[in-house]
Amino acid sequence: MPEASVPSYGAWHFGPDRWRHRTVTAATLAWFAVLTLVPVGALAKAALMGGWAPFRALAASPDARHAFILTILATAASVLLNGVFGLVLAVLLARYEFPGKAILDALLDMPFAISPVVAGFMLLLLLGPKGLLGHFFEAAGVHVVFAIPGIILATLFVSLPFVVREVVPVLKEVGLEQEEAAQTLGAGPWTTFRRVTFPAIRWGLAYGVSLTAARALGEFGAVLVVSGNIIGRTQTTTLFINQEFADFHFEGAYCAALVLALASMLLLLGMEAAKRFAKGTS
Amino acid sequence: MSIIIKNLSKRFGDFCAVDRVTMEVPHGALVALLGPSGSGKSTILRLIAGLEQPDEGEVFLTGEEATGLPARKRGVGFVFQHYALFKHMTVSENIAFGLEVRKVPKAEIKKRVQAMLDLIQLDSFSHHYPSQLSGGQRQRVALARALCPEPRVLLLDEPFGSLDAKVRYELRSWLRRLHDTVHVTSLFVTHDQDEAMSIADRVVLIHKGRLEQEGTPRELLEEPATPFVRDFLGMPPLDEPHW
Amino acid sequence: MPLGTRSKRRPPLPLLGVGVGYVAILVVLPILVLVADGLKLGLTAFFKALTAPEALYALRLTLVLAVFIAAVDAVTGTVTAYVLARYRFPGKSLVNAMVDLPVAIPTVVTGLMLVALYGPASLAGQFLGRHGLQVIFAKPGIILALLYVTFPFVVRSVQPVVQELSRDQEEAAETLGASRWVTFKRVILPALRPALLAGTTLSFSRALGEFGSVVIVAGNIPMKTQVAPVYIYGEIESYDPAGAISVSVVLLLASLLAIFALRRFKRSGSSDA
Repeated sequence: MPEASVPSYGAWHFGPDRWRHRTVTAATLAWFAVLTLVPVGALAKAALMGGWAPFRALAASPDARHAFILTILATAASVLLNGVFGLVLAVLLARYEFPGKAILDALLDMPFAISPVVAGFMLLLLLGPKGLLGHFFEAAGVHVVFAIPGIILATLFVSLPFVVREVVPVLKEVGLEQEEAAQTLGAGPWTTFRRVTFPAIRWGLAYGVSLTAARALGEFGAVLVVSGNIIGRTQTTTLFINQEFADFHFEGAYCAALVLALASMLLLLGMEAAKRFAKGTS
Repeated sequence: MSIIIKNLSKRFGDFCAVDRVTMEVPHGALVALLGPSGSGKSTILRLIAGLEQPDEGEVFLTGEEATGLPARKRGVGFVFQHYALFKHMTVSENIAFGLEVRKVPKAEIKKRVQAMLDLIQLDSFSHHYPSQLSGGQRQRVALARALCPEPRVLLLDEPFGSLDAKVRYELRSWLRRLHDTVHVTSLFVTHDQDEAMSIADRVVLIHKGRLEQEGTPRELLEEPATPFVRDFLGMPPLDEPHW
Repeated sequence: MPLGTRSKRRPPLPLLGVGVGYVAILVVLPILVLVADGLKLGLTAFFKALTAPEALYALRLTLVLAVFIAAVDAVTGTVTAYVLARYRFPGKSLVNAMVDLPVAIPTVVTGLMLVALYGPASLAGQFLGRHGLQVIFAKPGIILALLYVTFPFVVRSVQPVVQELSRDQEEAAETLGASRWVTFKRVILPALRPALLAGTTLSFSRALGEFGSVVIVAGNIPMKTQVAPVYIYGEIESYDPAGAISVSVVLLLASLLAIFALRRFKRSGSSDA
């Protein structure tokens, strides 16, 4: 019934309030445009200034191609591993009690709170040739730092919290009753998870996964430290962009950056869609 | 006349919520705006308060034109269905709010808040937070908050709507007694015809945004003006046989 | 009310093992190693490295900037959250989606965007250059980069709270004679406080540790535009473990403090629901 659902902005759209309303909205939109949209536009302009030639050069360059492949690899690994382990952790935090639970919860905030350079440095200390775990790997002839495994581990670290953080509240809201009903009907824990819990948390999970992917795609500091930044060997796309910029190959940098920007925006749209579906089903 | 509305109309998109309503509320009276859900009565109340702006018509409060004024300049007291108490303020702070906004001196505020607390009989709860009170207590605080700045008119939007039946019944008579003490012109919205007919001096019956009938409860019962009035007040229709 | 928690229900051991094991290897071990290596340096070497002039400058610059950024974000974030939650205007859902853009976009791309916009080759850059204002490779550039990457945190923290706040309370304040500003200050803001503090803390820690965008926009000029994370990177590259470790430990401690504060704010926010 319209009477109950009408938003009452009536009083504020009147008289002096209307102008305040307009000014505040305009100022907010202006701040937002300057901060968000204008830089993206400038990037697009800078990248497309040379036409399609720089893009073709990029596609032809083996270093660039290798960088893109590494980025995709690291992102895929993060999505997969942090997706699965994130679900495990979410179930642990949302459904159970155990000693040290608060500490575990706090630890999951670490990758958010810490500088990526420090994260990469910590991993370097741990897994480097002289590190606690590192010297085992060295002895076995496995290169972790300055090599692909290190890159993947660094990306895993920084993108760890997203799935957990998004799924926990959804799990809490879904509640136990449905799962208990399934159990009274004879379903075992795996069946219950597969047929009752998982469908309910689908969109929260999707949102968390897209956040993970966006973070992994864009990671720079941690990977820079752990990978050693070896051109054509351990450079992800972000490292490649940095290299191009440092070498004054601005066109190459802008083009690769535009590609990443577009990929991120696509992920962003996916995120927003997942958010909306998640709200719709709750 | 404390409240006069002339030809008041309000549309939400295609939906006409209030359709050319004209009515008057006498000074010092307790009047009920009665009608089924969705009839427009809450919208009329909000138009009088200044929380909505009419598309057509005029509102006069104690003889002055109020149509152009925003809510805060109209000097109305408003009680919401779900209390709308300030959750992070105590009972005293809630009641004091209207006076603080008017920059009344602290000593005076203290005195008047105390008087209010005595009036609603919640003196021992002055330092409690709304979350610590029952529904009935919260509504009494909401009333005290609205009355404290001595408004010229008191408007209540389904004040007992979210309370359970027993509390509703008790508060209804309490409201009548309060009105007899304080004598402020009051207009309250309800869909409960029992409530309206038992405590109001006059009843205004609203249906589909239009005024159906207006008068004392007795007048409505003895001389219903339309079939809708008969039906809503629970009387058998005229043309149906009684056996 | 959280429905999904059973009181005192213990998880099956394999599940607990897998979850805790993953976090132990990925998060706990690296932190322990950093702290251990810090201790191994010995107190004198630690403080000697920490009090080197470049290190001190970097730490101070980073701290001052982070506080400034957090304060600006607190204001702009709250206003934006309020506008998004309460006002209606065309294109609102697009704007709402784009608020997350700075978090979704890679930091180096952010840096490049700012260079494209304010660099010496750009219109804005040339205009400002004529008036003696340098943005890229100078402090204003760092500030812009930090404002950009931290923008969403306060907004997203505060927005759901504003939305939850029933309009009733604002209308009640209005009928009691309060102007919009008084209503905002005395009714809305107190209710927002925990979320605002949480968002500001997130903003602060992000600003403290930001690397990618700053490296591109500000370069790496010691004692001028070198923030702490960039300093650490410099020390790693020049094989000076003491310098890198000491400043890293300081940033680590700052992060732990931030997490602690964040949990306090979040807890006080949900307790008066």
